Amino acid sequence: MDPLIYLLFILALSIFLGFALISKVPPLLHTPLMSEANAISGITVVGALIAAGSEIHSVLTIALGTFAVALATFNVVGGYCVTERMLKMFKKKESK
Amino acid sequence: MIPDFFINLVYIVSCMLFAFGLKMLGSPVSARRGNLLSALGMLLAVVATLLSQKIITFQWILIGLILGSVFGILVALKAAMTQMPEMVALLHGCGGLASVFVDWSAYHVKPVSDMVTTVALYLSILIGGITFTGSIVAWGKLSEKLPGKSILFAGQRILNTLVFAGVVIVGGLFLHTPQTYSFFLIILALSLFLGILLVIPIGGADMPVVISVLNSYSGLVACTTGFVIHNNLLIVVGSLVGANGIILSRIMCKAMNRSLLNVLFGGFGAVVKKKTDGTKKEVKPISVADAQLILESAKSVVIIPGYGLAVAQAQHAVRELSKILEENGCDVKFAIHPVAGRMPGHMNVLLAEANIPYDQLVEMDAINPLMETVDVAIVIGANDVVNPASRYDKSSPIYGMPIINADKARTVFVLKRSMATGFAGIENELFYYDNTRMLFGDAKQTLQALVAEFKSGH
Repeated sequence: MDPLIYLLFILALSIFLGFALISKVPPLLHTPLMSEANAISGITVVGALIAAGSEIHSVLTIALGTFAVALATFNVVGGYCVTERMLKMFKKKESK
Repeated sequence: MIPDFFINLVYIVSCMLFAFGLKMLGSPVSARRGNLLSALGMLLAVVATLLSQKIITFQWILIGLILGSVFGILVALKAAMTQMPEMVALLHGCGGLASVFVDWSAYHVKPVSDMVTTVALYLSILIGGITFTGSIVAWGKLSEKLPGKSILFAGQRILNTLVFAGVVIVGGLFLHTPQTYSFFLIILALSLFLGILLVIPIGGADMPVVISVLNSYSGLVACTTGFVIHNNLLIVVGSLVGANGIILSRIMCKAMNRSLLNVLFGGFGAVVKKKTDGTKKEVKPISVADAQLILESAKSVVIIPGYGLAVAQAQHAVRELSKILEENGCDVKFAIHPVAGRMPGHMNVLLAEANIPYDQLVEMDAINPLMETVDVAIVIGANDVVNPASRYDKSSPIYGMPIINADKARTVFVLKRSMATGFAGIENELFYYDNTRMLFGDAKQTLQALVAEFKSGH
């Protein structure tokens, strides 16, 4: 099978999965939801690592790769950290 | 060095961890563990990639990883909860730019590819460029480095149309001859410009929608980058995030009763000023002492916070008041409108930060049926979200917008600095109702005065 069809298959099913999962998140947690989703979107770091670590092609690709790794890591680390900071604050009423 | 097969197996585990992480965000009890699982998934993906055969040199990677981690941690720990929207906007922008660089690098190494990869590359550069500059403009607006109002200038529509047409035409040429480097660069430049053009006309009140849309874009760009570098992990995760942004944008638009197109291209600033009907209406002010007497005998109180509460830094003062009321045997709830705050769910975070337990935070749809049984509704720094005109006044710009029915409570207190209008610049008739009493002054000071009044009375 054409690998492209494969990728499109994955795409279609993932969109469904996304809608199913996220529509269950209560509005209470929408801000942490967005920052966590944002952190996950930093998955582009995987592509960035390959770009920065492959055999040297030119100065441009090294620069692009290194910046991409830095930016995507910033996205990932910053995203997970703020999400954790926010979620830590949500407390249930202590029973009296 | 590990063969690709095993690396893809790890990617599958990563995907599952991401999905579980999002699922566990369904409840505040499990949300923290969910975030941790998700982060673990990310770590696995990074480690697996580092072990792959594709990676030969490590020094540049290391520099990037260290720089990104240090800045990420510093910025994340420093940001105040009121600054969350701009923080998220900044992160969106960085993610978008990272994807653009990945695409660029892939293109530089291998300019000619099959049709689908070229289309994906084109879309990726376009969406990535828009995400980057759009997010930076949103960040500037939210952090007040740029004017928050919508920026409009003569010929804006024409310029937008021209730039958009340029992107489409050069895009067509690029698909025809992908090896032409200048086409690539023109598309990149136009996309970056388009991102600025699209966000500058949008006003501060609509920022929750813009952030949600940019969130969706940041997912989509990860997805298209996945097609460019043929990586299924990026495609799965990109679609999850894309779906997230779409759902949140829809919720925000519904809460404002506007269509997405209207928010993005409407220019809300151009609202026709409604003529006053001549009769001079009077508001009824109330003193703190009198308000305290009413609150003391109240059995149930609903507090309706708006972003003005955060501007006045009154979250902790409101927490104190709610504690005193509860000790007095009163049932206290906070009614949260979906667009209270600057991004989806922002108000909940601000109140949680002030140690208000989340079981006291109630959504609009859950509180509205109960409003008639409420003794006192206290509106703090909110305006348009409690304006009853939205129910029937067809000439009102907020007609049809769902509101919290503050007016149905037996008594309504409105804490307000002055009689100025809200974000949308609309007169609020709630202030003139018979059961409404105005507590003028700074919200924080008024709340502290109420607390002091309670304490001195006992």
